Amino acid sequence: MSEHEMTDVKHHLTDPIIAAYAAGTLPEHLALVVATHVSLCDSCRAALEAHEAMGGAVLDQTEAVALDDDLLPATLAQLDQPRTEAPVPARQGIFPGPVMAALKGHPPRWKAAGMGVKQQILCATPEGTVRLLYIPGGVAVPDHGHKGLELTLVLQGSFSDETGHFGPGDVEIADDTLEHTPIADPGPACICLAATDAPLRFNSWVPRLAQRFLKI
Amino acid sequence: MMPPEVVACCGHGGERLTEFSEETQAMLAIRDERDRAAFAKLFRMFAPRIKGFLIKGGCGAAQAEEIAQEAMLRVWHKAALYDPHRANVSAWIFTIARNARVDMLRREARPMPEEMKEEPGSEPDAGQIVALEQEATQLREAIAGLKPAQREVIERAYLGELTHQELSEEMGIPMGTIKSRIRLGLERLRHDLKGLRTP
Repeated sequence: MSEHEMTDVKHHLTDPIIAAYAAGTLPEHLALVVATHVSLCDSCRAALEAHEAMGGAVLDQTEAVALDDDLLPATLAQLDQPRTEAPVPARQGIFPGPVMAALKGHPPRWKAAGMGVKQQILCATPEGTVRLLYIPGGVAVPDHGHKGLELTLVLQGSFSDETGHFGPGDVEIADDTLEHTPIADPGPACICLAATDAPLRFNSWVPRLAQRFLKI
Repeated sequence: MMPPEVVACCGHGGERLTEFSEETQAMLAIRDERDRAAFAKLFRMFAPRIKGFLIKGGCGAAQAEEIAQEAMLRVWHKAALYDPHRANVSAWIFTIARNARVDMLRREARPMPEEMKEEPGSEPDAGQIVALEQEATQLREAIAGLKPAQREVIERAYLGELTHQELSEEMGIPMGTIKSRIRLGLERLRHDLKGLRTP
């Protein structure tokens, strides 16, 4: 399976996350991590394709709803119209295709975030944010917000925390019940793709203050 | 002379293996021969069901029709990517329709995994294609045989009505871990679906 196979992936996606991606309901920041992990992990790709077979089976059993009579002739008439397909960026070095697509084909433009840590935000929506993180060996992964679901996928190097050791292709799945302090292992810098759900937002300062005290 | 199944899969013209389902034959004719009659056939088979699927998932009728049309246009334009060893036609069209819906509703492209390219020189395997089709049929039957409440959870999940949190709460049993091959994966899914039947 050549470059696609990464048999040493030890930390995988969970089934509900893959199923939500298959169904198209996973928010974009999380979907990018799933698409990237699947590009690196054949067993999660097989799981995804099995969920897509489930989707096909549900589609097969869905009751048909009549279409406008003109839709088929109109569609046939459009078959020969050229379509401009956006080019699909290929993998470049440690960055798989979906990351290159999010980078719009350019190498990352890192911004310093202190302690030698650098980051580039790839996508920020009201639902959450996904970023590339560059963490020098031995440095703790900065607290990049820990509300709701957090997915961290290693692209280069490795990190360790209370739950284990994560190398290239591994994804750590954390929710707000997990207290952990990931630290980049000594050696080459650890580069990760990290998605976090947006923190709850309040409009006035009083609840925001409460948010700080209550850590919600 | 090439054995017939190779002829059928490569689309070097001539007879197709009639043991493939109608939709697989139509899809291969679209992919290999740009056959418009086969496209019209596939459109009649799938577009009304895509529309029904999208309406069940919460789209308005007009929007569902627009997305169904876009999905079928993508089926025509992306046909070269269809690999009958990896996905049956319904599963492939499901992914196309899902992406069309996300792209059109969000107005931006959905993150997609890298395509897996077939090893150069690898021979098409008619037996695998037929086996995958049969498994898809058994999967449909397994879903159809579920208790109504359990079937509804599965339907709502793939119609896009459940978040991943709801999925983890409601679908604990059905989706076991799937190993190296999709075929084995489907076996396991079917097995887990059987597990759903017992209360």
